[in-house]
Amino acid sequence: MEKITSREEVPTKILQALLNQETDITIEDALENEMILNMGPQHPATHGVLRLLLRLDGETVMACVPELGYLHRGYEKMAENMSYYEFIPHTDRLDYLAPMANNVAWVMAVEKLAGIEVPPRAQYIRMMVSELARIASHLLAVGALTMDVGALTVFLWTLREREKILDIWDILCGARFTNSYTRIGGLANDAQPEALAKIKWFIEQFEENMDECERLINTNRIFVERLDSVGVISAEDAIQIGFTGPNLRGSGVEFDLRRATPYMFYNEMDFKIPVYKEGDCLARYFVRCDETRESIKIIRQILDKMPQGEIIANNPKRVLPKKAEIYSKMEELIHDFMIVNFGISPPVGEVYSAVENPKGELGFYLVSKGEGNPWKCKIRSPSMVNLQALPMLVKGHMISDVVAIIGSLDPVMGEADK
Amino acid sequence: MDLKELVTYKLKEKFPEVEFDITDYKEQLAVTFGKKNIVNVASFLKDDPDLQFKLCEDVTAIDWARRKNRFTVVYHIFSLKLNSRIRLKSDVDESDLSVDSVAFVWKTADWHERETYDMYGIIFNNHPDFRRMYMPEEFEYYPLRKDFPLMGIPGSLPLPKKDE
Amino acid sequence: MGLEAKLKQDGFFTSTVDALVAWARKSAVWPMPMGISCCAIEMMASGDPKYDIARFGSEVMRFTPRQSDCMIVAGTVTYKMSYVVKKIYDQMPAPKWVIAMGACTSSGGMYRSYPVVQGIDQFMPVDIYLAGCPPRPDNLLNALMQIQEKIGRTKARDFQDIPLPELPVIQNN
Repeated sequence: MEKITSREEVPTKILQALLNQETDITIEDALENEMILNMGPQHPATHGVLRLLLRLDGETVMACVPELGYLHRGYEKMAENMSYYEFIPHTDRLDYLAPMANNVAWVMAVEKLAGIEVPPRAQYIRMMVSELARIASHLLAVGALTMDVGALTVFLWTLREREKILDIWDILCGARFTNSYTRIGGLANDAQPEALAKIKWFIEQFEENMDECERLINTNRIFVERLDSVGVISAEDAIQIGFTGPNLRGSGVEFDLRRATPYMFYNEMDFKIPVYKEGDCLARYFVRCDETRESIKIIRQILDKMPQGEIIANNPKRVLPKKAEIYSKMEELIHDFMIVNFGISPPVGEVYSAVENPKGELGFYLVSKGEGNPWKCKIRSPSMVNLQALPMLVKGHMISDVVAIIGSLDPVMGEADK
Repeated sequence: MDLKELVTYKLKEKFPEVEFDITDYKEQLAVTFGKKNIVNVASFLKDDPDLQFKLCEDVTAIDWARRKNRFTVVYHIFSLKLNSRIRLKSDVDESDLSVDSVAFVWKTADWHERETYDMYGIIFNNHPDFRRMYMPEEFEYYPLRKDFPLMGIPGSLPLPKKDE
Repeated sequence: MGLEAKLKQDGFFTSTVDALVAWARKSAVWPMPMGISCCAIEMMASGDPKYDIARFGSEVMRFTPRQSDCMIVAGTVTYKMSYVVKKIYDQMPAPKWVIAMGACTSSGGMYRSYPVVQGIDQFMPVDIYLAGCPPRPDNLLNALMQIQEKIGRTKARDFQDIPLPELPVIQNN
């Protein structure tokens, strides 16, 4: 391959962006060789289809430009062409490591727009499955980070714990993964006693398994040295670049949407927010590990406090009626027909509703013109914003650190590309 | 005083010549103003010590599919000090489809503005790195506009050839 | 097994070269996991201790196409990504098989929109189509067993002398 001798030879815009990037990394090297390396969309270490163009001097990264769009599936355009109910299975596939949390975020946005009140038992169960989703997502994040850094055993152990959560979801709603459990106005079905018993069993034995996984690596010198002081971001820069979620808490900013703008019944729950000040990969890893323990505490309190009652709201014009009544009564049949074919028609207006997802803040911005389909739906995905910090974080590090930094930022391409 | 009064007072005090239209639908504050003043209003909201809207959450646009003022650019910003969110909106006409970029005020807006350009075709002046975000560079259309069909335009995205 | 009975008798057994080569090929199908989106998580889950894929001989999930037999395309393929998938498929040496995992690769799935290829058989030959969104790991193991049966029916001489396709070396791509 010929060496690029001047900037005019470079044809595409993305390479121009890479070469134009300012870099303040200079290396005293007798052999001046700058190389452009393509860490392509198909790579075992990038979490999904992410393309990275790196400008290297030897093994040190001088500049980096990520390219997204390899998984762009056109969610926002599809949302404009289907009703609010039909979009619920699509929200599962956004952050596919914690599908229930996305479902809850979407139905909360629609309920805010349409003005529907959800009964308390449904809200408690929604909180519980969101916290289970948080644990599942953090387990996979920790497992993938350690696998990228080299410790393969921890990945299999965390996947084993995650399988138990997938079994719980299987009993709750019939699908292991990408379950569309929530409905507008409540839930699809009530939590069965077997599911609640299994959740109770799970939280009893989770803490010691998590301790076992952590004991393997927390004091391992290789692990710590690979992650310590790698990819440091200060608190000011983190807010400026738009981080939310565990990445922001790893840089010392105590900000959690469950405390700042409480939703559902989080203001009645007693839990801590883990914050670490250093801002490097190790801090973000510790934040995730501690968050799983806090989620266990929340689930324990929910299991104690959950009231009995209805699990779906009673709002005939907007909420689908029960299946047994559709087949036997006339009015419910008509309402079901109208809602399924013409959609719920919320009043004219717009709303932005955000929840604390395991990756950060997932927000839905809905604009309604009074029809069954939304006029506009914007998905504010946390992974896209987290990836935006990547060029800043990898400057001056080696290629192997790039892998560790991506693992600690924990992006999910289904969400970043929408 | 609550958020709406605080923001109204501060904005009217600092920018007396700009018309602000402040609404409060479902407890969410939205401020609409002309597009010439975006950068000034944004930097003021970020730097003012009482408000401190430092976290920009989202930049997007809406296509109304009408003749006059077809697009609206929308910004969502959050203040960690006041724990609250406001929305800034400004209309853009199709004849002059460009807006000043706020990428120098909030760094997050960089990629969000590229995505808005990719999807709607709105040009952001003084953007540090202006190119498409999701669709390939050679793509000629803007997908989220209302006149682009859902299944796409056949032939606009080529496939590799299948060998038998 | 019949082999041990033969060993006790005279220590010889007759077979065709085809059967022997097919048995060797199907007992160790090394997959090339093209994990793109949600189905990739279920593919990873089929490698974990509960749905062990290692007992089928497929433990070695090499991410390099040059060392693998079977490509499992897991996830939605968009037009932008289709070039990458085809390039990796071309780099695999014959004999090779393709499992289209999930609804998105079989027919576009639930994504009937502008950037999604409605089925990867528009640009690639496919051997097994798996249904599910995402298919359970048991389902993926079922597909693997079907691939093994298919390999068991092939003849070794069909795969001789198939050259690797010429990949254009594009500078500055």
